[in-house]
Amino acid sequence: MTEIAWMDAALAAARPDALAALLRYFRDLDTAEEAFQEACLRALQNWPRNGPPRDPTGWLVFVGRNAALDGARRQGKARPLPADDVLSDLDDAEGRIADHLDDADYRDDVLRLLFVCCHPDLPATQQVALALRIVCGLSVAEIARAFLVGESAMEQRITRAKARVADAHIPFESPGAIERAERLAAVATTVYLIFNEGYSATGGAAHVRVPLCEEAIRLTRLLQRLFPSEPEVMGLAALLLLQHARTPARLDSDGAIIVLEDQDRGLWDRAAIAEGLALLDKAMRHARPGPYQVQAAIAALHARAPRPQDTDWAEIELLYGALEKMQPSPVVTLNRAVAVAQVRGPQAALAMIEPLAAQLSGYFHFFGVKGALLMRLGRTDESRDAFGRAIALAHTPAEAAHIRTQLDRLMRDAASRR
Amino acid sequence: MLYAIFCYDSEKVTGAWSKEQDAAVMAKLGVVQEKLAKEGRLGPVARLMPTTTATTVRKGKEAVVLDGPFAETKEQLLGFYVIECPSLDDAVETARELGRASGSNGAFEIRPVMLFRPGALRA
Repeated sequence: MTEIAWMDAALAAARPDALAALLRYFRDLDTAEEAFQEACLRALQNWPRNGPPRDPTGWLVFVGRNAALDGARRQGKARPLPADDVLSDLDDAEGRIADHLDDADYRDDVLRLLFVCCHPDLPATQQVALALRIVCGLSVAEIARAFLVGESAMEQRITRAKARVADAHIPFESPGAIERAERLAAVATTVYLIFNEGYSATGGAAHVRVPLCEEAIRLTRLLQRLFPSEPEVMGLAALLLLQHARTPARLDSDGAIIVLEDQDRGLWDRAAIAEGLALLDKAMRHARPGPYQVQAAIAALHARAPRPQDTDWAEIELLYGALEKMQPSPVVTLNRAVAVAQVRGPQAALAMIEPLAAQLSGYFHFFGVKGALLMRLGRTDESRDAFGRAIALAHTPAEAAHIRTQLDRLMRDAASRR
Repeated sequence: MLYAIFCYDSEKVTGAWSKEQDAAVMAKLGVVQEKLAKEGRLGPVARLMPTTTATTVRKGKEAVVLDGPFAETKEQLLGFYVIECPSLDDAVETARELGRASGSNGAFEIRPVMLFRPGALRA
């Protein structure tokens, strides 16, 4: 590996811890970010000459903090910094850099940084953008491309999010156990959102969004490092790995969706599946189930089936039933119906989803599933109507194209029966 | 004389590698391994999954199972096993059994193997 590539990887690896510690010193996201940038610039000059420091994170925190303080002094305190008694740990920073800082030292700092970006006051789109910018260090241009919006629009979104966070007055004391658990749950939700943002993308734009999935997986590794004994964090990591493993098989060469049962399972990423299964195995030993573990267990049953017909749909139905109890939602019921259709046939599944019609009247997948069930029951006209609604609600051309393929099959079958 | 070589590196850094960078490193290591294999000097090679998948079994009368890798500077790495197990539960049970047999203090870290080449060395 070249020196530049090594430096990039080292700086990226140090980013969350270093930025989190700088945020604790300065209590301001912009100042912390500028300090980190400055420290990175100095690292690029210094490390090749003097060799990398033993503790790159500690080095970056120390240098970044001093650079920001110098900068503020030079500007004649144009932008006043908090008083010294507010800037905690000023004296011991030098002492601490001598020791190799333990992950545990950064735990609450990193959790605070993540929580600042995932603050419940922020709308989901802003949480995701802010986390990608601040924690993952993606450029505004990269994030804009992933969300298919213009760069200036994304810049604005991030600026607004930062302003809102600054007003939210997030406490800087170490959180108590309950608060820590709440923060962790909020952060896990945002990580899941980032992943879905990348995963639900389909069609021609899909390739630019794969990095979102990879960033989300990287964030789960960070969370696991901070909370090594949380089964739901293991479950989340397992879920993302197992789903991401299917990415190479999800689109054909024209960018059209390939549904699970038609995917070439030989293209699935076996290493990611193995890691996901290992994490799920580890989580389940705790016997403290939760929604992420259940969803990971469902993904694991798909991953373990060598062919679609080997899928253990009965077990999947049970797991969706468990998920329904933990997190009741019409979407979960719809997913359970898909499993029911495999186990007990389309009639039973249709009876299950009909009561959901009012709640899911704007949901693409509802009409996709309904159309497919009606098609299996030979109710051609109703099936065509449902597919028509699905096409109207499709988010991407690939989703619409997938329904059109089914519609074509429906019409062909109907014609051949005549 | 047989020698075991253990790999240590910062997982945060190796985890920040792109798929391409990772593959490039593995390819370069593969060249060295191939040379050793041709000379008949290569035994088993394993790449472990990330430490997030690790479980540690503390030896003792009542062995304690902990999440995460073994991290203790008072004790040193003295050897390793590669075993086949249907689940983590079985691996933990095997570690307990080994612990009872050894009778001494210490710990076993259980890490799923990502890549395994059995090699052709004879004991």
